[in-house]
Amino acid sequence: MSPVSRGFHGKRREAPDKASRVPPGQYLTEGFPVLSAGPTPHARQQDWTFAIRQGGQELKSWTWPQMRAQPTEQVTADIHCVTRWSKLDTHWQAVSIDTLLAQVKHDAKYVMAYCDGGYTTNLPIADVTNGQAWLAFGYEDKPLEPEHGGPVRLLVPHLYFWKSAKWVRGLDLLDHDRPGFWETYGYNMYGDPWKEQRYAGD
Amino acid sequence: MADNTAVDGNAIGGQLLEIFGRDLTAAIGTCAHCGSARPVAEFVVYVRAPGTVARCRDCLSVLMVITRRELVNCVDLMGLASLS
Amino acid sequence: MEGTAVRGRLTWQTGKVSSVADETPTTRTIMLDLAGWAGHRAGQHLDVRLTAEDGYSAERSYSIASAPGEPVAITVQRIEDGEVSPYLTEELRAGDELEVRGPIGGYFVWDGGPSPVLLVAGGSGVVPLRAILRHRERTGSPAPMTLLYSVRTLPDVIYRAELDGYPDARVLYTLTREHPAEWAGLTGRVDQAMLGSLAFPSEQRPTAFVCGPTPFVEAVAESLVALGYPARQVKTERFGPTGDANG
Repeated sequence: MSPVSRGFHGKRREAPDKASRVPPGQYLTEGFPVLSAGPTPHARQQDWTFAIRQGGQELKSWTWPQMRAQPTEQVTADIHCVTRWSKLDTHWQAVSIDTLLAQVKHDAKYVMAYCDGGYTTNLPIADVTNGQAWLAFGYEDKPLEPEHGGPVRLLVPHLYFWKSAKWVRGLDLLDHDRPGFWETYGYNMYGDPWKEQRYAGD
Repeated sequence: MADNTAVDGNAIGGQLLEIFGRDLTAAIGTCAHCGSARPVAEFVVYVRAPGTVARCRDCLSVLMVITRRELVNCVDLMGLASLS
Repeated sequence: MEGTAVRGRLTWQTGKVSSVADETPTTRTIMLDLAGWAGHRAGQHLDVRLTAEDGYSAERSYSIASAPGEPVAITVQRIEDGEVSPYLTEELRAGDELEVRGPIGGYFVWDGGPSPVLLVAGGSGVVPLRAILRHRERTGSPAPMTLLYSVRTLPDVIYRAELDGYPDARVLYTLTREHPAEWAGLTGRVDQAMLGSLAFPSEQRPTAFVCGPTPFVEAVAESLVALGYPARQVKTERFGPTGDANG
């Protein structure tokens, strides 16, 4: 047993009035921690595209202006990181994944989000549809900064935030679930914060 | 080639000491992707993440990932061709 | 090579803080009393773990500021809005317990030897280099040694009196943010020209130790290689974007 360090509390915030909004094992943060498994990519809007692919074929892609021409939503969400911080009422400007998936014909059951820098994460189609997932290009009414995933990140707030892939460039449609980056290294294939599905086997 | 938010393999010396029982910061790791051979201390290391990711300084391929599940350290060395 | 899961070994030990001493307004040296300490080498670091009452814990690495043979000491820089450094520099006091793991490091170490040594420090990166200077002094080593220490302003210099007091080590400071009228020393960022003017020539087969924030270390290491230092003779230790891996 480690000795308790007298007077040490860490940076967590208690928020008893918000307890029901904080999943088990999480604590509230007022900041917005930046986590990354690699260097920050710096894609330029004029080069940026987002694609939906299946079996190695591109079904459809959108340039930055084409993506921005889709209906924009204001999304307010609580976000939960597997490293135990949660942030409530974050505001995003985003395009719904439903809008984009509706423009391709498919019967896939899973997707693999892929990103600049090589990061990937897997999700069931059922979790990126029905108003649960977005491409976010704005945060708090400002362009999303590169360190937080800009120009565009995936936003899937009902799952642990490693599923909200930063620097996202497309979705590969899959028939079977496959582990993405963190899932390969032992993190849960699904990642429901309310069931504390952090690691494989949870 | 590495960016300014990274640290280096010195920062994971303690974790590797705990996992392997000896200091590995001076051990030479060979990248399985590009073949470059450098001391562990010179790996490009990202510590602010769900796990610790050590990348090759020359090609940025992932060499080593350390994740911690409760009291157990899990290390994946698949990105290294060798570590001596 | 396949992955393995290994139970954490019993490498953490609990020591007592024997004293604390402020070095500058934002840095403090913590002297430790560690019963199980096996000794350390100049340049090594140790890991510190703090545990709150509810079991939450945070770990950070700190370079050992003392020389081999001296009691273990670390010098901690307070990071604005940090999680651990404000506790260590403001709350922790003599008599408190502290959990540490170490010593750690087999790469960024100087064990003596006659070859010239160039030390280049950015901010709190001076800590392990001061341990190297102390080791040289304590052992009476004849190795030529130069420290180039980059800080923003003069009050940021840690260990000033001590560094100025080494009779035959060359210590130079460069100020990057202020130019006091009475300052006759170097100003501006460390660049290849500055290094070229004071580094040991590569023919003397020197070793360089560069420590500080990541961008500082990257730039200095690149310059030294451009000046002819073989890459394997340039030892680097990067502290992260601001000078502390996490704060």
